[in-house]
Parts: sequence; C-alpha cells; structure tokens
Amino acid sequence: MGEPVVEIAGVGLHPFGRFPDRSVTELGIHAVRAALNDAGITARPAFQAAFCGTAYAGVAAGHKVLAALALTGCPIVDVEAGCASGAAALMLADGAIRAGQYETVLVFGIEKMPKGIIRSTFFEPWREEVGLAATPAYFALRAQRLMRESALTKEDLAAVVVKNRANGAANPDAMFRTPVTAREVLGSRVVCEPLHLWMLCSPNEGAAAVVLRRAEGVSAHRSRVVVRAATLRSHLPGNVLGEATPLAGLIDDRDIPSPTTLAADAAHEESGVGPDEIDVVECQDTDAARELLAYEELRLCAPGEAGSLLASGEVHLGGRRPVNPSGGLLSKGEPLGASALGQVVELTLQLRGRAANQVDGARVALAHTVGRGANASVVILSR
Amino acid sequence: MTEVSIQPEFFLLDAGDGRPALVGTYCRSCARRSFPPSSTCSWCGNEQTDTVHLSRTGTLWGWTAVTAAPPGYRGPVPFGFGVVELPADGIRVVTRVAVADPDQLHHGQPVELVVDVVHTDEESGARVVSWAFAPAGHQEAR
Ligand SMILES: [Zn+2]
Repeated sequence: MGEPVVEIAGVGLHPFGRFPDRSVTELGIHAVRAALNDAGITARPAFQAAFCGTAYAGVAAGHKVLAALALTGCPIVDVEAGCASGAAALMLADGAIRAGQYETVLVFGIEKMPKGIIRSTFFEPWREEVGLAATPAYFALRAQRLMRESALTKEDLAAVVVKNRANGAANPDAMFRTPVTAREVLGSRVVCEPLHLWMLCSPNEGAAAVVLRRAEGVSAHRSRVVVRAATLRSHLPGNVLGEATPLAGLIDDRDIPSPTTLAADAAHEESGVGPDEIDVVECQDTDAARELLAYEELRLCAPGEAGSLLASGEVHLGGRRPVNPSGGLLSKGEPLGASALGQVVELTLQLRGRAANQVDGARVALAHTVGRGANASVVILSR
Repeated sequence: MTEVSIQPEFFLLDAGDGRPALVGTYCRSCARRSFPPSSTCSWCGNEQTDTVHLSRTGTLWGWTAVTAAPPGYRGPVPFGFGVVELPADGIRVVTRVAVADPDQLHHGQPVELVVDVVHTDEESGARVVSWAFAPAGHQEAR
C-alpha cells in the first residue's frame, strides 16, 4: 500500500452570473447534486465529511445546502478565506483524506455577492468613512506598480481582457459571453486610473462542487484526475500593496515573497511538478494586471517578463500553456466562495479532455486564487 | 468650525507646533518604523516599541483617483488616493492625495502632509478631517 492518492471523483457547477430568483442555498444544491451525480454516488452515506467555502453566505450556510439534500449527519465545516475560500476547503479535505481520516469528502463553494464595489467587514468603519477601503483603488495602485516595474502599458492590460473574454465566449457557464476589442476595453470608463471598467471582474453569484476520494496506487481509470497539491498561504508583512491591504509597508520589500509565490513554491515542492511542466493554468484575474502579476508570482515567467509572455502567445488558446481558457473571472465574474472551486471544475474537465476550450493533451494543470486576508491558494492536478 | 480627526490616536491635527503629524511606532528590536502605531512591531512582532512622529515630507510612489464613492464613504468624488514613500522612516504609507487628477502627478514627486476635509458630520456639524499628502507648494487642501 503506497502513499494515498486523492482523486477527483466528481465535479459540478452552477453557472456564474446573476440569479435574483434563486437563493444561495439553491445555487449550492445545484452544484452539489451535479458533483455527486458525476461521481456516480448513489449509496448512503455518500461521503464522510463536507467542507463549504463561502464569505458572504452567513452562519451554517453549507449545512443549509446539505440539509436540503438530506445529506447531513457527517461533520460539515464552513470555511472562509476570502477569494481562496473554496481552495481552503479543498486543502482541508485533501489533507484529511491523506491523513486517513476520511475516504470520500464533499467540497463545495457557494456565493451571492452584493452588486458594486465589494463591501467587507475586513475594513474598520473609519477606513470606509475616509475612503481608504476602496478595493479597486488598491488594484489600480498595484497595476501601476507592475506597469512601472515590468514596462507594461494599458494596451497590455487590455490584451489580457481581450484574451479572456474571447475564451469566455465559448464557456456556457460564464456571465459575459461576448468577445471584446482592445479599443472597446480602453473606451470603457476609468474606474481608478489605470484601470478601466472592463479590466475589472464583476462580483456575482454561483456555486461549484468537487467530490474527493481516496484511491490507493495506480488506477485502471485512464482519465482519472488526481490532486497533486492543494496549498494555501497567507502574506508576510512588508508589501504595502499586498492583498492584506495594510496602511503601511516597507520601502525595501523586494525580497519578500508574495502569498502567491509562497503557495506556488509549496505546491511545486509537494507535487514534485515544476512550473515548466504545467500545461494549463486558471489564475486570479480580478483585474487585468492581477493576471500579469500572477505570471511572475507563479514563476510562469521571470520577474519583469509578464508582457513578453503575454505577447508571445504562449498563454493564449493554442499556445504552449494557455492561461484562463475558461475566460477567467473577467468572463465568469467572481462569486468569492465558489470561484476557486470553479477553477478546479474547469481544470478537471480539461484533464478529462472535455472542456469547452479544450487544451490538447493537457496532463498537468494549476489553479491559483489570491485575495483578502491575504490568502493565496495553488492547486495542482494531473491525470 | 470644529475639526475632528478621523483617527485622533494617529493623525494629530496639532503635534505641538501647530502642524499636523502622523504617529507611528519605532521598534527597539528591528529598528524599523510602522504605521499605524501598535504595541507590537508590525514587522518583527517585538513588543518593545516607542511612539514616534513620522516625517511630514516624502515622495509620491503610487497614485490614482477614486471616481465612484466606495461603500461607507461620505465625501466627494473623485478623490485622490495613493501611497507616499517616507525615506527617513523607511516605510510607504497609504494616504488620500490632495490632487484628484492622476495626470497632474508623477512618480517621485515631492509631497507634504496636509489636513484634508472628508465630509461634514450632519449631527454635530463638525468637519471630519483625514491626513492627505499634497505636492510640495500645492495650496493646502482644507
Ligand atoms: Zn520590529
């Protein structure tokens, strides 16, 4: 009996968008039912534990979903880790299975975000009152720094949006399914210079679910997708523009790794898979510059080379290593608790060879989220 | 008219010389400064700290304008927002910026601490004021 292998037995998704007549519980039911069906689970008990990622759904939100499906009785834990909530739930489930605690675990993420700029209890009231809780402004300052230090232009930011919206056009579960031109992106109103409206993702609603199962050794399933690593990291102090949004940072912050880099390095070490071996990536594109920064932080390119990587076409469909073939958050929108698992659903389909924008021959995939806290997650899957 | 600091503990309207100041922390262990002040150093976690006034001048390091009122904000838009580098203190500080037109600002521009009116409290009639940084020589924000 070797090291336990954790496989993805089933995936399910409720499309991301706006659903005024559906409760967050109903969104979750849809995704969970789909994942259990996909896993072929009919016998009870279906799983021994459940972890639910959510930031805005309130007390015992995961319990409400499973109560509606008569699937309670097992431990149910709701997990909040900002944008990485769903990935944090996945990490806990993966670890519990590897430790031998459970055989089958349900992981799901649910969210119904208010419209407009995300309001977060993370910020003290005085900070909101004075205007220092303006989330897009922090994105803008981070974009400005990246543009200065990696010699990027607004045209590069627009090119990310054009790429992702073109990919999203083929994704039936995305909120925005029309391609856009760079001219249109740059013509949308400025929210916070240098970021225009279409360079920012929309907070929205949705749900995603994954069934994890322990499998020993080599499986007969040719298309089996396994979790190679599921890591979560927080920030080290020092970066004034990090997702932790402190009021001050150090001038000498050069050598302080970001939470994304901490999570990526840990995931590469845990999986034994290096950045060069990744065939397809889903990364956090909360704004267009965030995706470019992720290229550098995930070590898909050297520091300062994000623009060259984008221009090379490697990250486009048909390129060597497509990034956000689903259309990313710029097309799908971002339901916080569900978004990280939405990536895992997309990448599982990629590895099964059944994605809407299929990356030919994809064998290894990486999912990345980063957000409030700061929390960053990296999940590596392979078949 | 009465002026009330948004955070009287670390934004002083009169630091004793009739001028405003930001209050930070000096750490006796790592010798770094942090902001806002705290009994524990933000960078190394040491608890041997002293309260210090941060420098009133620095350089502009990041800037933008917020064009739509974020949640909980009751002041005018657009307003300037950015990060100022205080080389003498070794830190960068998040701040309102007295100029709300990004085109008028540039990286490394000398800036100085000013008092910035955010809004007038309807009940008390007091003006709620924040710290901001303005280009050196720029007319004071108030
Ligand atoms: Zn210290």
